[in-house]
Amino acid sequence: MAEIQIRDVRKTFGDFVAVKGSSFTINDGEFFVMLGPSGCGKTTTLRIIAGLELPSSGQILLDGEDVTFNRGSERDIAFVFQLYALYPHMSVRRNISFPLRVQGAPRAEIRQQTEDVAKLLRIEHLLDRGVNGLAAGDRQRVALGRAIVRRAKAYLMDEPLGALDAEFRELMCEELRLLHNRINATTVYVTHDQIEAMSMADRICIMNLGEILQVGAPMEIYERPATKFVAGFVGSPAMNFLNAQGGIAPGAREIRINGAALGMPEAREGLDTQSAILGARPEHIQIADDGPLRGRVFAVEYMGARQLVTVDTDAGRLRVRAPNTTRVAYGEAVGLSFDPERVVVFNPDTDRALKSALYDGDARG
Amino acid sequence: MSGASTAYSVVEATPRGKLIAGVVVVAYALVALIPLVWIFSTSFKSPPDSISYPPKVVFEPTLEGYVNLFTTRSRQTDEYIESLGPPETWYDELVRERNMVITGPSRFADRYWNSIVIGFGSTFLAVFLGTLTAYAFSRFKVPLKDDLLFFILSTRMMPPVAVAIPIFLMYRELGLSDTAAGMILLYTAVNLSLSVWLLKGFVDEIPREYEEAAVVDGYTRLQAFIKVVLPQMRAGIAATAIFCLIFAWNEYAFALLLTSGNAQTAPPFIPLIIGEGGLDWPAVAAGTTLFLLPVVIFTVMLRNQLLRGITFGAVRR
Ligand SMILES: Nc1ncnc2c1ncn2[C@@H]1O[C@H](COP(=O)(O)OP(=O)(O)OP(=O)(O)O)[C@@H](O)[C@H]1O
Ligand SMILES: [Mg+2]
Repeated sequence: MAEIQIRDVRKTFGDFVAVKGSSFTINDGEFFVMLGPSGCGKTTTLRIIAGLELPSSGQILLDGEDVTFNRGSERDIAFVFQLYALYPHMSVRRNISFPLRVQGAPRAEIRQQTEDVAKLLRIEHLLDRGVNGLAAGDRQRVALGRAIVRRAKAYLMDEPLGALDAEFRELMCEELRLLHNRINATTVYVTHDQIEAMSMADRICIMNLGEILQVGAPMEIYERPATKFVAGFVGSPAMNFLNAQGGIAPGAREIRINGAALGMPEAREGLDTQSAILGARPEHIQIADDGPLRGRVFAVEYMGARQLVTVDTDAGRLRVRAPNTTRVAYGEAVGLSFDPERVVVFNPDTDRALKSALYDGDARG
Repeated sequence: MSGASTAYSVVEATPRGKLIAGVVVVAYALVALIPLVWIFSTSFKSPPDSISYPPKVVFEPTLEGYVNLFTTRSRQTDEYIESLGPPETWYDELVRERNMVITGPSRFADRYWNSIVIGFGSTFLAVFLGTLTAYAFSRFKVPLKDDLLFFILSTRMMPPVAVAIPIFLMYRELGLSDTAAGMILLYTAVNLSLSVWLLKGFVDEIPREYEEAAVVDGYTRLQAFIKVVLPQMRAGIAATAIFCLIFAWNEYAFALLLTSGNAQTAPPFIPLIIGEGGLDWPAVAAGTTLFLLPVVIFTVMLRNQLLRGITFGAVRR
């Protein structure tokens, strides 16, 4: 178990910047998820933590000790690879016990621990099979088994569920989380699937284009996104963005869209750009006849207890999560009101969220 | 069966297709095997049978060829042979029937041993060096990598014999002429480019993640190479070793030019086995038969690896 500190880590491949000066800390025993679209540098960051890649600059600290230049074999970190990397010339048993054999553990102990892990992952019946004929889910478990069979300081997992089908993925997500609750080891989990991230993480770190945009608990990220990218990446359906007027003074409680005034959390700083972007989650918008913004219903998706209504307004198209008691039809003109304490305003030039009462108490804005 | 239609898989041949393929393959095998069968049968013929015309297909088998291959003999008068008393061994008896006595062993065993030392020695070296080189080229940032690889390949762009004269002069200066070490060095050099290129293909096929996994689990890079990469290269190493051995084993021109009394290999020796009145064909055929054996055995031993190896990884995984 260990705390991992990443300090100003940069990584370039030739002219290409894969990781742009990341700094964050992964707490001891935490399930930490790195989330971001393909190619944003998640794997690269993870490999730097594991010691498979040297950062171009910056430091990695394990429990306060600088390990930046220690080789992978000297860091005592377990790694689950994106494509498992099971040794094809070894049986399941030998794959799982590999790290123990490397450490030269006594035979009886190796046997015991391998079987315990196999039992935990429910693959005891496969122990003496080769790994080549295994189904994706089983390969996955073997790869996990090889990681957790030894007590490492931290467990790094690179999209371990990426190759599984949706149903099985959900199951494995749950199992992984349960496993974590049980062994309570520092875990860094990489994924590009926001649902996976939201459901498993203690804290999430969101990356895009090699840059860390926000680090925080899932709820914090969902409710108080630091940038427009974070707001749009997390949540399904995504946050709605509307074009609003800029020029917001510190302390303002209103934002204007095409002449209509909408309430917003009290601004803690000013915004002097021409325009602004208003962000509102589908569940923070209501269909109400006296709502300040008007639009026309474009589509209605019935989803059981709720329905998703798509409305076209002058300021842009948006989606509303409405109770299924609301009766609306295609083409109908409707009014929309916004939950004034929950909307977010973004600076259109920097994509940063405007500091407002919503963000009070956040360490990072 | 009339009217019944049978569905065939698109990738599998129809029975008729299989039959035709079978006939063609068998016919080709027969044509290809005839010289081998001829050599094999000649090695068991008596010298007169071996040169009789029309050739004898049915003959009385004898080991005379093999005896002549391994011995030197001299012709003696009947009186002398009788004075020796009864023959001590079956081969003495065989030889005496032709009015000869064995005067000593021939040089064949020496030449054969030279072939084994030089053939397997150079194969081992070429594969060993090739494996390390291929791994380095595949995994490390080598400056001028592409140029170096091209250079290595370019050493095979002309027939090796083209440089026979310079090598002959060089070897004479260096004292490497007619030494096993010299021949091993030469064959290793010739085989190395093939070995590097073949093996690099195999290493490239092995995902780096295997080594990286081994490294995070506590292995050093060298241990990861030995314990994780090498086992997965087995097929490639086997295929490469066979190609190298076949070249070194069969090589004739350099062996003829650079070796004589000391380090001569079997290929230049066998065709010159002279009997009475010209070439001793059964002995030559016997030498050739024995000469073929090691490569056949080696190939059969490695054939499972080889089949996988020759497809260059296409059916692995
Ligand atoms: N060895 C390398 N040489 C050159 N470019 C690289 C190298 N490794 C990664 N990159 C580049 O760095 C960027 C980030 O790669 P990385 O693998 O970290 O992305 P990722 O977030 O893990 O994406 P994915 O979700 O697709 O796995 C990519 O654009 C990739 O092309
Ligand atoms: Mg990746």
